[in-house]
Amino acid sequence: MGDPKAFLKIHRKEAGYRPIHDRIHDFGEVEQTLNTKDRQTQAARCMDCGVPFCHWACPLGNKPPEWNDALYKGDWELAYRLLNSTNDFPEFTGRVCPALCEKACVLNLMDHEPTTNREDECAITEHAFLENFVRVEDIERNGKTVAVIGAGPAGLATANQLNHRGYTVTVFDNNEAAGGLLRYGIPNFKLNKEIIDRRINVLEQEGITFKYNEKIDVTKLPKGFNAYVIATGTPTARNLEIPGRELKGIYLALELLSQQNRILEGIEFKKEELINAKGKNVLVIGGGDTGSDCIGTAHRQGCKSVTQVEIMPKPPVDDNPATPWPNWPVILKTTSSHEEGCERRWNIDSNKFIGKDGHVTGVEIEEVTWEPNPDGGRPIMKKSGKPEIIPCDMVFLAMGFLRPKQPEFAKNVFVAGDAANGASLVVRAMDSGHKVADNIDKFFA
Amino acid sequence: MINGLYNAEYEHDACGVGMVVNIHGNKSHELVDNALKVLENMRHRGAEGADNKTGDGAGILLQIPHEFILLQGIPVPEKGKYGTGLVFFPKDKQKQTAILSIMIEEIEREGLSLMHLRDVPTSPECLGDAALKNEPAIKQIFITGVTDDKVDTFERILYIIRKKVEKRVDDQDFYICSLSNKNIIYKGMLSSLQLRQYFPDLTNSYFTSGLALVHSRFSTNTFPTWSLAQPFRLLCHNGEINTIRGNRGWMKARETVLNSIALGDTKQITPIVQPGMSDSASLDNVFEFFVMSGLSLPHAMAIMVPESFNDKNPISEDLKAFYEYHSILMEPWDGPAALLFSDGRYAGGMLDRNGLRPARYTITKNDMMVVASEVGVMDFDPTQIAEKGRLQPGKILLIDTQEGKIYYDGEIKQKLASAHPYRQWLSTNRIQLEKLKSGRKISNSIDELVRHEINFGFGKEDVDNTIVPMCVSGQEPTAAMGNDTPLAVISERPQVFFNYFRQQFAQVTNPAIDSIREVLVMSLSEYIGRVGTNILTPDESNCKMVRLPHPILTNTELDILCNIRYKGFNTVKLPIIFECEKGGEGLREALMDLCKKAEKSVDDGFNYIILSDRDIDETHAAIPSLLAVSAVHHYLISVGKRVQTALIVESGEIRETMHAALLLGYGASAFCPYMTFAILDDLVKRGAIQENYNTAETNYIKAVKKGLFKIMAKMGISTIRSYRGAKIFESIGLSENLLKDYFGTSVSTIGGIGLETIARDAVRMHDAAFSKKTHTDFLPNIGLFHYRRDGIDHAWNPETISKLQISTRLGSYKKFKEFTAAVDGKADPIFIRDFFDFKRNPIDINKVESVEDIVKRFVTGAMSFGAISKEAHEAMALAMNKLGARSNTGEGGEDNDRFHATVDGVSLSSKTKQIASGRFGVTTEYLVNAEEIQIKVAQGAKPGEGGQLPGFKVNEIIAKTRHSIPGISLISPPPHHDIYSIEDLAQLIFDLKNVNSKAAISVKLVAESGVGTIAAGVAKAKADLIVISGAEGGTGASPASSMRFAGISPEIGLSETQQTLVRNGLRGQVRLQTDGQLKTGRDIINMALLGAEEFGFGTTALIVLGCVMMRKCNLNTCPMGVATQDPELRKHFIGKAEYLVNYFTFLAQEVREYLAEMGFTKMTDIIGHTELITLKKTEKNSKASMLDFSRLLTKEEGNTSLYHTTNQIHNIDSVKDVEIIKASANAIENQEEVSLDYAIKNTDRAVGTMLSGLIAKKYGEAGLPTDTINIKFKGSAGQSFGAFLVKGVNFRLEGETNDYFGKGLSGGRISVLPSSRSNFNAEDNIIAGNTGLYGATSGELYINGRVGERFGVRNSGAIAVLEGAGDHCCEYMTGGRVVVLGETGRNFAAGMSGGVAYVWDKKHDFDYFCNMDMVEINLVESSSDQKELHELIRQHYLYTGSKLARTMLDDWNLYVGEFIQVVPIEYKRVLQEEQVKKLQQKIADMQRDY
Repeated sequence: MGDPKAFLKIHRKEAGYRPIHDRIHDFGEVEQTLNTKDRQTQAARCMDCGVPFCHWACPLGNKPPEWNDALYKGDWELAYRLLNSTNDFPEFTGRVCPALCEKACVLNLMDHEPTTNREDECAITEHAFLENFVRVEDIERNGKTVAVIGAGPAGLATANQLNHRGYTVTVFDNNEAAGGLLRYGIPNFKLNKEIIDRRINVLEQEGITFKYNEKIDVTKLPKGFNAYVIATGTPTARNLEIPGRELKGIYLALELLSQQNRILEGIEFKKEELINAKGKNVLVIGGGDTGSDCIGTAHRQGCKSVTQVEIMPKPPVDDNPATPWPNWPVILKTTSSHEEGCERRWNIDSNKFIGKDGHVTGVEIEEVTWEPNPDGGRPIMKKSGKPEIIPCDMVFLAMGFLRPKQPEFAKNVFVAGDAANGASLVVRAMDSGHKVADNIDKFFA
Repeated sequence: MINGLYNAEYEHDACGVGMVVNIHGNKSHELVDNALKVLENMRHRGAEGADNKTGDGAGILLQIPHEFILLQGIPVPEKGKYGTGLVFFPKDKQKQTAILSIMIEEIEREGLSLMHLRDVPTSPECLGDAALKNEPAIKQIFITGVTDDKVDTFERILYIIRKKVEKRVDDQDFYICSLSNKNIIYKGMLSSLQLRQYFPDLTNSYFTSGLALVHSRFSTNTFPTWSLAQPFRLLCHNGEINTIRGNRGWMKARETVLNSIALGDTKQITPIVQPGMSDSASLDNVFEFFVMSGLSLPHAMAIMVPESFNDKNPISEDLKAFYEYHSILMEPWDGPAALLFSDGRYAGGMLDRNGLRPARYTITKNDMMVVASEVGVMDFDPTQIAEKGRLQPGKILLIDTQEGKIYYDGEIKQKLASAHPYRQWLSTNRIQLEKLKSGRKISNSIDELVRHEINFGFGKEDVDNTIVPMCVSGQEPTAAMGNDTPLAVISERPQVFFNYFRQQFAQVTNPAIDSIREVLVMSLSEYIGRVGTNILTPDESNCKMVRLPHPILTNTELDILCNIRYKGFNTVKLPIIFECEKGGEGLREALMDLCKKAEKSVDDGFNYIILSDRDIDETHAAIPSLLAVSAVHHYLISVGKRVQTALIVESGEIRETMHAALLLGYGASAFCPYMTFAILDDLVKRGAIQENYNTAETNYIKAVKKGLFKIMAKMGISTIRSYRGAKIFESIGLSENLLKDYFGTSVSTIGGIGLETIARDAVRMHDAAFSKKTHTDFLPNIGLFHYRRDGIDHAWNPETISKLQISTRLGSYKKFKEFTAAVDGKADPIFIRDFFDFKRNPIDINKVESVEDIVKRFVTGAMSFGAISKEAHEAMALAMNKLGARSNTGEGGEDNDRFHATVDGVSLSSKTKQIASGRFGVTTEYLVNAEEIQIKVAQGAKPGEGGQLPGFKVNEIIAKTRHSIPGISLISPPPHHDIYSIEDLAQLIFDLKNVNSKAAISVKLVAESGVGTIAAGVAKAKADLIVISGAEGGTGASPASSMRFAGISPEIGLSETQQTLVRNGLRGQVRLQTDGQLKTGRDIINMALLGAEEFGFGTTALIVLGCVMMRKCNLNTCPMGVATQDPELRKHFIGKAEYLVNYFTFLAQEVREYLAEMGFTKMTDIIGHTELITLKKTEKNSKASMLDFSRLLTKEEGNTSLYHTTNQIHNIDSVKDVEIIKASANAIENQEEVSLDYAIKNTDRAVGTMLSGLIAKKYGEAGLPTDTINIKFKGSAGQSFGAFLVKGVNFRLEGETNDYFGKGLSGGRISVLPSSRSNFNAEDNIIAGNTGLYGATSGELYINGRVGERFGVRNSGAIAVLEGAGDHCCEYMTGGRVVVLGETGRNFAAGMSGGVAYVWDKKHDFDYFCNMDMVEINLVESSSDQKELHELIRQHYLYTGSKLARTMLDDWNLYVGEFIQVVPIEYKRVLQEEQVKKLQQKIADMQRDY
């Protein structure tokens, strides 16, 4: 801990986003960076808690007190080594992680000014790539081979862990490039895809083989491997089966997001396949991060307006007594995409899609209220009985993903990430990858 | 066979001692009678057992009463030609005959005969039950037949006979009290008053003697110990030998080289130290051995209990050389001691180097002399008194009754020092390491550092949190909030072997030392080399040694040591490694091999042996250095070759002071922590620290030195030479076999691991380091201090903290159960109680006592306002008062506004008021507003240590509650300066009971082995409540090593206490409280089963109030506003009393549920019922599976209660104050003036205290109007005269007073002057004892005479004028004025941070006696200062009529120039700042007005 009183003198300073007028015309990353000095000063705010709740809250067990200290002292290399020792890909999490650590930070409890762990993480890693601290390790092989199915965060983390432990790893993916939802879900304005390529390059140099466009049926796994890891994620999005669903102009969120990312990668689509919100009134159903990504993407495509509806009530601002510190606080979250312009409504259930000429023109919705469940379970929804119509030309369904059902596997087959646990955060997927790697170690021990 | 945890080794005693001598040796029965009276007048210094009748022991040493013996019809030859003595025999006749035949055999072997056997008449009807049960048959033997040529050596022959008989007879009931042709000793398990009754001999008017030593014992227990009564053969001892284990061990080791010409073959009299006896008995054994070998009494005394001879001591160089020469041969027997000794001709007395026991003497004009722990034990006509004095620290006083001469220290020592040219012997033979240089360059770096660090178990915290602070600031790091990690033996992680040990520390039975403020008695210098075989013969060859200034060797120094070739020094390095593959067996072989090699090295004449683990490699792991050194040390002792060599350890393991202390404590003379030096080298090279290597190394060594001082000092030991090998540690989790084989003991409290596991751990660490996969980018953080998910388990982790906070805030019992489930259901055990479960036999919960009843058993821990914020402190008081339970002020006092303030009708006043060594805010008013007064003897986080509240934390309100001024540091001394022994504690309890008879007096102890025995002593000292605090607990900051390594688990301490109290029949008289990481109902049940009836919560309470275990209490940066005084941060405090109410209510509810499950309706049904505990299953082959809880869970059977049932009898109904209060009723009620006169005796203790309590209760701090109650006393006042005297009460004492006068003075005025009829010079004589004015907050004290040691300690506001003082005057003073019109002892003003002292520097040498660390000295120049001084002396004259004061006032201008003013630097700065502020305010006001 550099300065035990820094937290009293220095306020949290976020790098912030590029100005809206500037950023909504391109797909470049919206987040800015602090200069080195400010970054180090921010790191000084970490109090090196006796019980670091950040470290506990992080599924990966990242240790912010340790690398923040190194960062504060200017030892960027040590900071990276410490960070990388628990986190395979801090350049991803440094961009897209909701930072459970920051929510659990004691400074968040004290005055809602937690340390800037996520940004610190990102800065440390960018610095590491810049200064060539990222090593290509020469790894001694243990003679065991593993096939990893799926190159999303879980698959990549598993592959990386196993590779470093001496396994010979081949990663299969049904897409044309690695990254999974990092590449085909998260918009470029949050995660530039070169960041993924840069890391894949390191992994390849360290000996991992990647096989793309391989549609593997998990019931018929490729022969010749000592063990298998299923890291195929949650391919099925939750649909909204209400009247009018067949109308044109209603898409699953990922249809939009993955296409947009591919377009930016230079892949061409037929005109009739294109999903473009230009000049349209857009409705996003679902109030989560994916919905938010749809909003940002629609803006960049030049939409006329965006409305987002969510079935659950509006969460409280700042503090939620129901989810006290150090738990993840269920509070109102306003993303960069929201800032860019959006009407947000809560307690909205959708009754039916309304269309004209086979094309969607609006959605009949209805306000609801939620009443506590006497049995203690999920609250009970009560409709208001006053339907109304939101007119729109395009609807994105961002209502989460269905938990996949996995068949009975042989003993040498392990399931990692969302494929095992349902949709969740990148850090959770990576953590799951670590556990699978440990289990494989134990399996062969 | 030991079943429970009680071990006789732990016994302590203390006492009153006295000596009556006719300087010319004129014998009379009157003298015997007087001696017995002296003893009887010190009865309050002895103790009685649970039956209130059995004494702990009393005895008398006299000259053989020749005429009396003849009158008994025993035809003894002339004086000096027969030997006699009392012998204790077993009652069994057959056994008696068998023993007698052995005695006769040995007597006849020396050509003598057993002439007569006398049945000594006794009156057993006066004995208590316990004494009676073990009463021996007492016979007096008479040995005659000495030929004329052997009369001179007759004493010696008798000694040899006695030693031989002792060696041959193995019977516990057999004991020879004495066997001499000069002295005889009568003693037994008696009280002071019983001695005379029990032995009618002593009252026979023909029984005469010219000298007498008497002793009454206060033992911590009441087991049959007839033989341990004192005096012993040559001496009686009031005090305690802290280094006894080491002294005994070294004595045994030395037996092979103690060749005595006088005694002949030493083997016939070994063991010199009779086994199974007390420390005092062992001291006597060795003293006697030296004397019998031909040393004079003072010579032998000076060797065994040398005074301190470092630079701070004003003694001659020759005498220093004398001490140094002897220190090479013998380590000091260290500890508080008032020693009185006599061989029948000479009689003398001596004090330990620090003067930790009182001893006052009076010499009369008719050549009588009385030396005793107290004055007033014998009545003298004031006109007859020639001199009054005291024994001084380290000084001897000797009377030769044959010559009729008194020898004072100077003369005696001068004679000793000039007996041989010690100075020259030393300078030509002894080498000083720091003076040697070599040109060789030694590298400090290590290749592959991280790998080696991992091999030796280093973690990132070891470097960042331990080594870096040490090498940067030269200090040990501070840590906070206790230790909540598992014991080494509970954790399955590989452990550094040092982790299995815990430091022991002094509590109650002897004082810890302040190694910083009293450094003058401390020493780290060491001698290494080969002791010759003839150390009893003075010779220069005995000092061919290397002197080390301290035991830490740098790589360079070690290299020099290895290469001193000249003067015949040579050395050998033995590797301490073993083959990894061979595991435990390999380790065993390696150790055996090592021991054999060491033995051979001794035979080969090597001066020292270096044990080194530098040679580890891929196949060899290091033997834990402590194991290696202890194995070799004990092996060499067993083969009689230990003192012929010195052991030096070169190990990579060493990093902390604890490691250093352990190695020294188990026999090493020096050590080289080469890995630490390599780390320093790396830190410097990496630029991680600013220092260069040399500075870093110097700082590191400085930190270790300070740490060693502290660790020694907390046991009350002042020299490393007596610490070495003294094994002031206990192990937890090592098997008895291991301890027996390698550590010279077989006492293991809970069993544990053996060599197999030690080897496994060493190999695991080795493999972790040397495996190819080991990454070496950085050292991993294993979460020792700060929680890490993948690190060491912590009981307080995010899960438990957040669950506790959320449940208590929401008031949800359901969530609380989630919390307790997380705590109780943790995957791996952390505490001993985690292995326990209990038997079940469910009943209906409605039958169980209520939550309201149970909750009263809960208290919050002592956390001072000052350590924690006002908000947190008050929230706790409110919560506990709401519940009808008790909160604790902590040691920082309490704002007196809170005594009567309420919030919603609930009092803000803490029911428990603590009184600690600093006595902060301890006023009479504070004490009378308590329901419980807690004497904090030790605290869990740092037992045996003092503390310091830095000036920057002392704001207005804290200064107010602590009676100081803002901005100055407040130091808490390590010991209570009025508790140096168990009888002192009894006195303090008596004082407190007087001041507030309604309050329960509790004594807080910290768990360590032996704490049960101490608790028994505390119970006998009449405490109402005993707290056994677990070492794991602790809020706030403390030195990191103390937090982890001092004290043991509460389970062990509690269990030992319960067992010992029950065994002694004392349990029913006291309540027993425990604390230490208690959290859940299950914890409560477990601790209750082990014997506790009340339960303390510190950390848990803070967490409920918002603490998130930042462990930053020492930085004042607590972000939750709990442990900080920063007003900004305090705004973040989110706690509410309500949350605590929720917590304790939930906890009580959970306890109820468990009680119902167990089938009991009340808590008292389960207290102490260890048979209800069942053990949980442990995993096979795990470390935990090797634990053995059978001793811990032993239930002592006795017909006494297992919990508190009856109250103590405090005997305060008949104190003098009862009379005084009656006489002052009108003054107290109506504030009308009253004047009274009383005679006073030394048995009138704490006079004025009860009266003061009464007034404070009625009038608070204000007391009575000035001069309302005026009392004159005549005589010798007992201890604590005028303690806590309040405003409006004036005491005037003509005569003298004992220790602790004016303690806690709270506004009253005391003057002491010699009797008007006396005609000695007042200013030359001691008329007041030690530790006067301790912790006074206001008031005045005038003494027309000198006072003893430690006057004015922690005075924070009183005014005092006296005419001479002993050592350590004004120590830790923070306010008030002290004027000394005369000489002072050493170490004046040590740790003084406030107030002003004026000293009349007649001899112009005051600067030598003043400790200048915190103060500056000036002439009294400013007119305001001169005026102040003049006024003080004028007052002194007014109240005492001092002649000296008159003289000074008459010639003021001359005398004022001879005064020195002593002002603390910090105090001066604060005063100046205040003045500047005032000035600025004035200017500002003026400008505004303008």
